[in-house]
Amino acid sequence: MSSDSEKPVVEAKPEEKPTPAKPTAKPEEKPVELPAFEKGISDKLVEKFGDKVEVDFVKDDRVGIKTSKENVHDVAQFIRDDLHYDHAESVTGVDYPADNEIEVVYHLGSYTESSLARQVLTLSTRAPRESNPIPGQDSTKLPSLRDIFYSVEFGEREVFEMLGVYFDGHPDNRRLLLPEDWADLPPLRKDFAIKGR
Amino acid sequence: MTDIMPPGLALKKVDERIMTLNVGPQHPGSGHMRIVVQIDGDYIVACDPDPGYVHRGEEKMAEYRNYITNVPHLERPVIHDSCNVLYPYVLGAEEILGIEVPERAKYVRVICSELNRCIYTMYWLAIYGIFLGHSTMFMWPAGDRELLIDLMEKVSGARVTHAHFIPGGVRNDLPANFEDVCLRQVNYFEKRIKEYAAVFYDNPILISRTQDTGVLSRENAIRYGTTGSVLRASGVDYDLRVKAPYDVYDELDVHTNVMKEGDSYARSKVPWLDMMESCNIIRQALQKMPKSGSVRTKLKPNPKTKGPATVYKRVESGRGSLGCYIVSDGKTEPYRVKMSVPSFRNLLAMPNLLIGEKLGNMPSVYWSLNYWPVEADR
Repeated sequence: MSSDSEKPVVEAKPEEKPTPAKPTAKPEEKPVELPAFEKGISDKLVEKFGDKVEVDFVKDDRVGIKTSKENVHDVAQFIRDDLHYDHAESVTGVDYPADNEIEVVYHLGSYTESSLARQVLTLSTRAPRESNPIPGQDSTKLPSLRDIFYSVEFGEREVFEMLGVYFDGHPDNRRLLLPEDWADLPPLRKDFAIKGR
Repeated sequence: MTDIMPPGLALKKVDERIMTLNVGPQHPGSGHMRIVVQIDGDYIVACDPDPGYVHRGEEKMAEYRNYITNVPHLERPVIHDSCNVLYPYVLGAEEILGIEVPERAKYVRVICSELNRCIYTMYWLAIYGIFLGHSTMFMWPAGDRELLIDLMEKVSGARVTHAHFIPGGVRNDLPANFEDVCLRQVNYFEKRIKEYAAVFYDNPILISRTQDTGVLSRENAIRYGTTGSVLRASGVDYDLRVKAPYDVYDELDVHTNVMKEGDSYARSKVPWLDMMESCNIIRQALQKMPKSGSVRTKLKPNPKTKGPATVYKRVESGRGSLGCYIVSDGKTEPYRVKMSVPSFRNLLAMPNLLIGEKLGNMPSVYWSLNYWPVEADR
């Protein structure tokens, strides 16, 4: 009965059949019945920010929002103050060398708002990527969300050392897990290869 | 002032009084991590946790292996809780691979998950006992967890690193007559842990050492994003088995244990109460479980995914909410696997709780955070 595995795609398909004309390329991204509560959350964000945010996905208990690095601070502020998400569960960096970008994903949840207990909001943004990184001194920078969500503090430190994304405004941009004398590439970048593989 | 004081008793300036101490990484009271503390006399004035001594690069390793061969190494961060630490990865991999799990396998998972929660908590409790110099509380849990380890050995063949949960179900079915043995051992186990109240939880020495130390208020518990027993000991009623049930937890009656004090005593008591709740869940699951049927959807050796996807799955582990974020680009290996582990999340509370405490209270505060260094480092 895992709630996420029953995607609305399966139920939606028979009803969708009369209108297959326009969304031929991505039918699974436009199911007829998006979960109503989650749709409400993404609608509020789109209403407030318009085309500054892009809805990545809406599925059971999960809403995905993409935004640019200029707007991520404002969007996070709105998510905390108006949508009542109160903590970050994790901060993840994902390297996309093909796009020349590094994505940083915040998984946000809420303890105080009981209707959001099942929900996880995925806020992602991208920083430019440099092939010869000098962590902290190159263009791979994002605004820190630590002043909005205190709980991202160690997560952002981890992303800084593992992918080289510097967070402007973070009070403590030091190494956390790696040794102090680590002089190689940030290890979770795709061009850092495990030896022998 | 200074010239009239006898030598040795003269007051020093604050800067000269502060002493920096490295607790760990080899110190038995720190686990595999270092805590840099600055003390003024007996009081901690600054604290900087320094994890990373057991960082293994699990997330990087996961990018080189397919969805099945990732199973044995991803349980390594917490071998005592190996079923729970694999659980979110397995749930996520099932969604990416598009496979359904047989009903009986879901119940087997619940039973194994709750057994592992108790095995982990007993180990944690044993160390909490020895941290406070209570040798009996080291011996008793270390001995009583053997009851449950024996059960898991019957199920999976391994005593600690079970690698029992795999995408598609569980590796093999329960052995014959397991239900009766399990029920008997769990009932005895529950009777045993109730006796811990007299020797440990009602012990005036423990109470005086842990009560009102390291108080974490409800607001700060939420602000720091803590989870699990730390959160519930600060009065937040949040348990994923109730709030966002996965597999068959929505068919079981799960009670959440919440305490309001937020001190070390509450944080040490909530996991103990959770163990009794686990016993209840195991008994319910044994009763409701389908008596026969498949426990595994067979996969090919190098299973194909349904295409590019991202999933984020959470389960309630022995330490709190454990999330797994998987990015798939359609290949047979995951593009990125991120484990959002409860120890790492609870670590943020540590400096905030230790500052202002006496150095002697450090073990009771630190270990009450239900912190597992190897898990935090991954």
